[in-house]
Formats: sequence, C-alpha cells, structure tokens
Amino acid sequence: MADRQELNRNLAQMLKGGVIMDVTTPEQAKIAEKAGACAVMALERIPADIRAAGGVSRMSDPAMIKGIQEAVSIPVMAKCRIGHIAEARILEAIEIDYIDESEVLSPADDVRHIDKNRFNVPFVCGARDLGEALRRIGEGATMIRTKGEPGTGDVVQAVRHMRKMQSEIRRVASLREDELYEAAKELAAPLDLVKYVHENGKLPVVNFAAGGVATPADAALMMELGAEGVFVGSGIFKSGDPAKRAAAIVQAVTNWQDSKLLAKLSENLGPAMVGINADEIETIMEERGK
Amino acid sequence: MKVGVLSVQGAFAEMAAYWRAQGADVFEIRQLADLDRGMDLLALPGGESTVQGKLLKDLGLFDPLKANIEGGLPVFATCAGLILLAERIEGSQTLSTQTLKPSKWFGTLPVAVRRNAYGRQLGSFTTRGAFDGKPDVEMTFIRAPAITDVLSPEVEVLSTFGGRPTSVRWRNATAFTWHPELTHSLAEPRAK
Repeated sequence: MADRQELNRNLAQMLKGGVIMDVTTPEQAKIAEKAGACAVMALERIPADIRAAGGVSRMSDPAMIKGIQEAVSIPVMAKCRIGHIAEARILEAIEIDYIDESEVLSPADDVRHIDKNRFNVPFVCGARDLGEALRRIGEGATMIRTKGEPGTGDVVQAVRHMRKMQSEIRRVASLREDELYEAAKELAAPLDLVKYVHENGKLPVVNFAAGGVATPADAALMMELGAEGVFVGSGIFKSGDPAKRAAAIVQAVTNWQDSKLLAKLSENLGPAMVGINADEIETIMEERGK
Repeated sequence: MKVGVLSVQGAFAEMAAYWRAQGADVFEIRQLADLDRGMDLLALPGGESTVQGKLLKDLGLFDPLKANIEGGLPVFATCAGLILLAERIEGSQTLSTQTLKPSKWFGTLPVAVRRNAYGRQLGSFTTRGAFDGKPDVEMTFIRAPAITDVLSPEVEVLSTFGGRPTSVRWRNATAFTWHPELTHSLAEPRAK
C-alpha cells in the first residue's frame, strides 16, 4: 500500500504546471485535450449548473465517464461525494485515474471522509487551510487542491485558502522542533505530517488551486501564490470561446511570470463566465467536509 | 555542466533536483529567450506529452530545440520526454487517441512507442532490474509508454521489462519509459 501511495503521489507530480478542466461530454473532453489540458474532470454538470439546479448532487453516471475515458488519452478524474465509500469503489472499478472526493457534490457523510488509504486508486481532496490539507493526506489523499468557492467564477476564496495554507506552512517551518506537538494539536493534524512540513517547507503532496478560476490572469495569480497547477471548472465551458480560453489558461500557467505574454493571452478571449460574487450565494460548498 | 530542463509542464522540478544533486548548473526552459543561456544537456521530464508538445509549438520552442537535438546536443528524456523524441508514436491499445494523434513530435530517436501501454493509473508500478550494467535499479513506471520497436541497429538497449526495452541510448540521446529522476535510482552516492 505504501508503494501505491508513492505511485499515486508520482502521478500528481506529472500533472504539475498543468491545467485540469471540467468536462461534461466527450466533445468537450476533446476540446480540452486539444487545448492542452493535462487531465480532465468528467462530470454530468459543471459546478455553476449544479449551483443553478439545486437539489442533491451525486457521482456521475459511469457510462458518461467511460465515454470521456474513451475520447481522450490524458488522465481522467471524476468526483464522488464526501464520505461515499461505495461511489469511490465504483469509480475505482471503472479504472478512473484520480477520484476527487469533492465538496461540489452533496456530502454523503457530514462528519467523516473516506479512508483513502484503503484504495489503490488515487484521491485528490479540497482544503481551506493546512490542518484540513494534512487531515486529508493522513486519510490517504495523494494530491490537494484549494476548495475556493466552486461554480462562482469568483477567485476570492481560492486566494484566501491558498494564502492561508502557504502562510501556515511558513509558520510551521519556522517553529522549534519542540513546538511541533502543540502545532499538531492546533492544526488538528497528524504529527508526522506536521513534522514533514516543518522539515521540507511544503506539503508532502502536490497542491493545486481550484474554485473560481475564470481567466488567464486568475490562473497566473494562483501560481504566484504558490499553486503547482490549476483546476478550471465552470470557467471554460461557461465562457464565450472555450477552446481559446482553455489554451490561454494553459499557457498562463506555464509562463505566469511573463506579464507581456499574459497581456497577449488575455486579449480577445470573448466573454468570461458571468459569475456570481462568492458573498452573494446561498449554498456555501467550501463549508462541506472539514 | 549546464543543464536546461524543459519546464512547460510536468515533473520538471523533480528533474531539476535530480541534476542539481549531481552537481549540474540547472535552469528552466519555459520560453524562447531561455535558450539564450546555452546548455550542455537538455533534460525532458515526465508529464503529459500532448501538453508539452503543444506548448513547445505555441511558445516557438519546438524548431530551435529540434535543431539543437539534431545538431548533437545531449538529451536525457523520461516518459513523456521519450514520447517527444520517438520517431514513431503508435496508436494506444488500451486508450484511444482520437483527438490528438501526432505520429511524432521531434522524431529524432529511432524507436516506436505506445503511450499509456500499461493502462490507466491502476496499471502504474515499481520494479527492480538491471540498467546499463548496474544490477538492481529501482524503476518507477507512471502511466508509462512502452518501446514497441527499435528502428535502428545502432540503438543500445540499457534495460528491459517483460522482454521490451525500457531505456535506450542512441548517439546523443538517453531515454527512459520510467522515472530515474523520481527515485534518484541512477544518482551518484552524494545524491539523496
């Protein structure tokens, strides 16, 4: 199992510097792959539409996910509900490349997450701060992403979560060794993982940004703040010209430090997703699972 | 030694750390201007070959790098990097490639490869074996390609798995289907 964990962490390393895009059809998956997505997230409804539709949101139909697996050669991810062990097993059975135990769907367990150490398939989980990230890693997540506030096109929460995580990492790295026990207590995180962060100044797994990224500038901002890559959910296929916007975001993630290139990439992309301000919404997805 | 690590997407940080641990002076290649720094070796890391290939073209890096490789610049390539170098990319058996089916990218290394030859992530694995005279080297395969054919008698096979070559040397290129940079399995003792 330790080997499997390592292999699954390794796959996340291969995704770094890349953009993972939400897609709902094989056609969208092909557009995403062609635009340079390093992986796609297969789901029946993108977060903005989940938000609009309301009701209980569940794992996607495996037939729909298989259609997307057939359509592209890059890794395919899919979401299961927080704590929904059976949905995760189903996704593992269809050989998904990565499971996102996601707050975008309605939680199946309002207290516990899945014991991901019991699976061979890798998991990515959302987190708002260091403690949450380390709890998920302790449960077996081999990749972390900020939660942000999905389906809004408002990057404010992703920024808040990434800044908080990074500043907590810097704080833990600066502590005396005999202060780590108290830090683990405060963070409500496993001590061995707190020690890892202290010694290495980073999470033991890859850390992406997610939730509200809608423009090349948003993606570059998240890279500036320490993200190792980005997820773009509603931002691409809710915009005027998905293929062009997707390709521009891919380049922005690679060359986030080159402002002139970012200016060029940001030109004539057509309308971005309209979006909704994160403080005007009723369903707060980031609160799901802690 | 100056090593340029292609850093448009993928495990470029691990590749840079691998070369730094061996005492090399490492820089990242993200855009055309980076090539002005000059290098003694080009390192092509793992990642998604479709993404790396597209970005190489979009960023204008493709033609100058190809000319450098053809001109004899030493290249060290793993996984996606091997796919970028291969003279022929075969259609995958287990995963379809309907949208992107380039038959080659640089095409400078006379081997045929098949992407995702061991299936999806559940097919990723670690094994140990002989590499270039060294016994018992750790080899990590992540959604790895396979070398299905060697297209020149001059290609030297450095390691095999299941009867197929998993790393080769040909003129200025050394290429792997696995990831020596992740486990530092080939590094000298001073490396971690």
